[in-house]
Amino acid sequence: MKRAIATIAVGLAASLFAGAAFAQSTLNNVKQKGFLTCGSNPGLAGFGVPDAQGNWTGLDVDFCRAIAAAIFNDPTKVRFIPLSAKDRFTALQSGEIDVLARNSTWTMSRDTQLGLDFTGINYYDGQGFMVRKKLGVSSAKELNGATVCTQQGTTTELNLADFFRSNNMKYEVVAFATADETFKAYDAGRCDAFTTDASGLYAERLKAANPDEHIVLPEIISKEPLGPVVRHGDNQWADIVRWVHFAMLNAEELGVSKANVDQQLKSENPEIKRLLGTEGKFGEAIGVTNDWAVRIIKHVGNYGEVFERNVGAGSPLKIQRGQNALWTKGGLQYAPPIR
Amino acid sequence: MNVATDAVRFVRAEPVAAAPPPTLTRGPVAWIRENLFAGPVNTVLTLIALYIVIVTVPPVMKFFFIDAVWSGSNRDACRPEVLGRPVGACWAYVIDKINYFVYGSYPISERWRVNAFFVLLALGLGWLLWLDAPRRSLGAIYFFVVFPLLAYLLLSGSHFLGLEPVPTSLWGGILVTVIVSLVGIVFSLPFGVVLALGRRSRLPIIRFFSVVFIEFVRGVPLITVLFMANTMLPLFLPEGTTVDRLVRPLVGVALFASAYMAEVVRGGLQAIPKGQYEGAMSLGLNYWQMMCFIILPQALRIVIPGIVNTFIGLFKDTTLVAIVGIFDLIRTVEASRVDPNWAAPTINTTGYAFAGIFYFLCCWGMSRYSLAVERRLAAGQRR
Repeated sequence: MKRAIATIAVGLAASLFAGAAFAQSTLNNVKQKGFLTCGSNPGLAGFGVPDAQGNWTGLDVDFCRAIAAAIFNDPTKVRFIPLSAKDRFTALQSGEIDVLARNSTWTMSRDTQLGLDFTGINYYDGQGFMVRKKLGVSSAKELNGATVCTQQGTTTELNLADFFRSNNMKYEVVAFATADETFKAYDAGRCDAFTTDASGLYAERLKAANPDEHIVLPEIISKEPLGPVVRHGDNQWADIVRWVHFAMLNAEELGVSKANVDQQLKSENPEIKRLLGTEGKFGEAIGVTNDWAVRIIKHVGNYGEVFERNVGAGSPLKIQRGQNALWTKGGLQYAPPIR
Repeated sequence: MNVATDAVRFVRAEPVAAAPPPTLTRGPVAWIRENLFAGPVNTVLTLIALYIVIVTVPPVMKFFFIDAVWSGSNRDACRPEVLGRPVGACWAYVIDKINYFVYGSYPISERWRVNAFFVLLALGLGWLLWLDAPRRSLGAIYFFVVFPLLAYLLLSGSHFLGLEPVPTSLWGGILVTVIVSLVGIVFSLPFGVVLALGRRSRLPIIRFFSVVFIEFVRGVPLITVLFMANTMLPLFLPEGTTVDRLVRPLVGVALFASAYMAEVVRGGLQAIPKGQYEGAMSLGLNYWQMMCFIILPQALRIVIPGIVNTFIGLFKDTTLVAIVGIFDLIRTVEASRVDPNWAAPTINTTGYAFAGIFYFLCCWGMSRYSLAVERRLAAGQRR
């Protein structure tokens, strides 16, 4: 019996070893494997959640699908490796994943000391507050003397202290070990306010006994720019990941969507022509085909569509575009032109 | 003799029906008196227990059954303000997600293969565990040789057989829980026996390595082994070389369980009187014959409770693979409970309750089965 099972284990291991190749460039490696390996969140509402059939959905998930679409013209050629916050960067450093799209905050130390590169910001997040409507508070500046529920040992707790101190306000913190406990305590009335990243506030609010009784205050007290990460040193690969995001933004700005991309191929607008590859050789320059953006938009959609579908009006979360609107609409999402 | 005298004389032809015993010594009342209210301490304990039952059971029943929601397709089904009544467990969510809980992300068109795996597994388990089953030796060969090969081919697939390969990153849910525990259980017993024999061996090198392995593996927590396998190992391998993410914890769990099993088996070996060894040797049996025919059958019987205890512990420990990103049942529950389509106050409780029920049924089944086997194997020594 031992032998049989040992045979299987050895067989499994051998077949996996055989498939692996030594990496020259990440792009070649990905093409050789035939799929993209994407480090993803093991479960965060709107960013990476399995549906009833086990297919991953979410903003970060769609970003990986967009890269796969650009390379393979097939958004399903991506394998998701769900990673915890602790092992996400190690998995990228060790080459286990090709790209990390797991709502990771872009900070200087992560960008410069880990041998990693952030290629852009696909979601501007920040810490916010939720309070009960009947508290009659409309701004975080009015929270003087409030009891605030938060999660222990997170940057959230530190930001909270900074915010109250810099505004000369008193507060009392009630900290819990897990996000669930924290929200439950708030929902049960132990605190006046609940604080975490704004995207998380919307997700937690849905779980409240009466979601309509709670409002998210407009103040954002910290910067949490979330973006995809690649290994340092492979600039071609970083270019691809960076420009996949920019292509989705440019598509939204130019009004090219999943539905009208085929008509837009005939467009005479030179900017659209360059985006869709009917003019110039921009795709080939980064190592993919010239119709790379068409593939992304056709299979996944432009940034606005992805946002609305996963976290915006088309989803139960109903997060406003806010800072994530295009720069033309008062937001921060700004893509350099393709030319 | 005249007729009149005959008529007066009474001879009972049938025995009198036995009168019922006094109601206070038999029947439910007596049972209650004897077992529940035998003395003041007993009475107080009974009342306390009764109070705890009355306080806890009805709310639990109310939450899990009476207020529970059994059907629905999204969060509205389980929201109190939509239904206008308090909502207990949201079983509709479990029903909606059940495929994910069982198969993980295994491709939908290929899920028949997982079903076939479960059927083959049930067949093998039934054959092996049903003590009166025909040809049990064939059953053992099937379970330990044929079944693992079939299972591997079925689940991972191969182009040669026309089965689409399915990477292990898509496996999940109960499938992964079953695989991890099965590999641990099936590996740990033989490895454990070998290690236990090695530890009691007179050959110094074998003894040394057995002791080192057992003590080293027992000296670190399982979680450390798993972290080493999934986080550290890739850093040491050349870039691009990977061992499958599922195989790594499988090996870790198997080694870990073997070390514990070795100590359990060693306890059994030490309980066998020296006379058994000497008797076996005086019959001219060599070491392996002595072990296989005389010592191990007795030793293993003694430690059945310990072995099953290790199995049950191992089965529950498999949830730790969730921490290194393997999607076992607990991880699938955790991943799906954040789904905004099912955001409702009782979703978390329901998800964990479902996992709890699954684990309880499996562990309880194992323990009942082991009790039955123990009783049967100990028949010769019943007093």
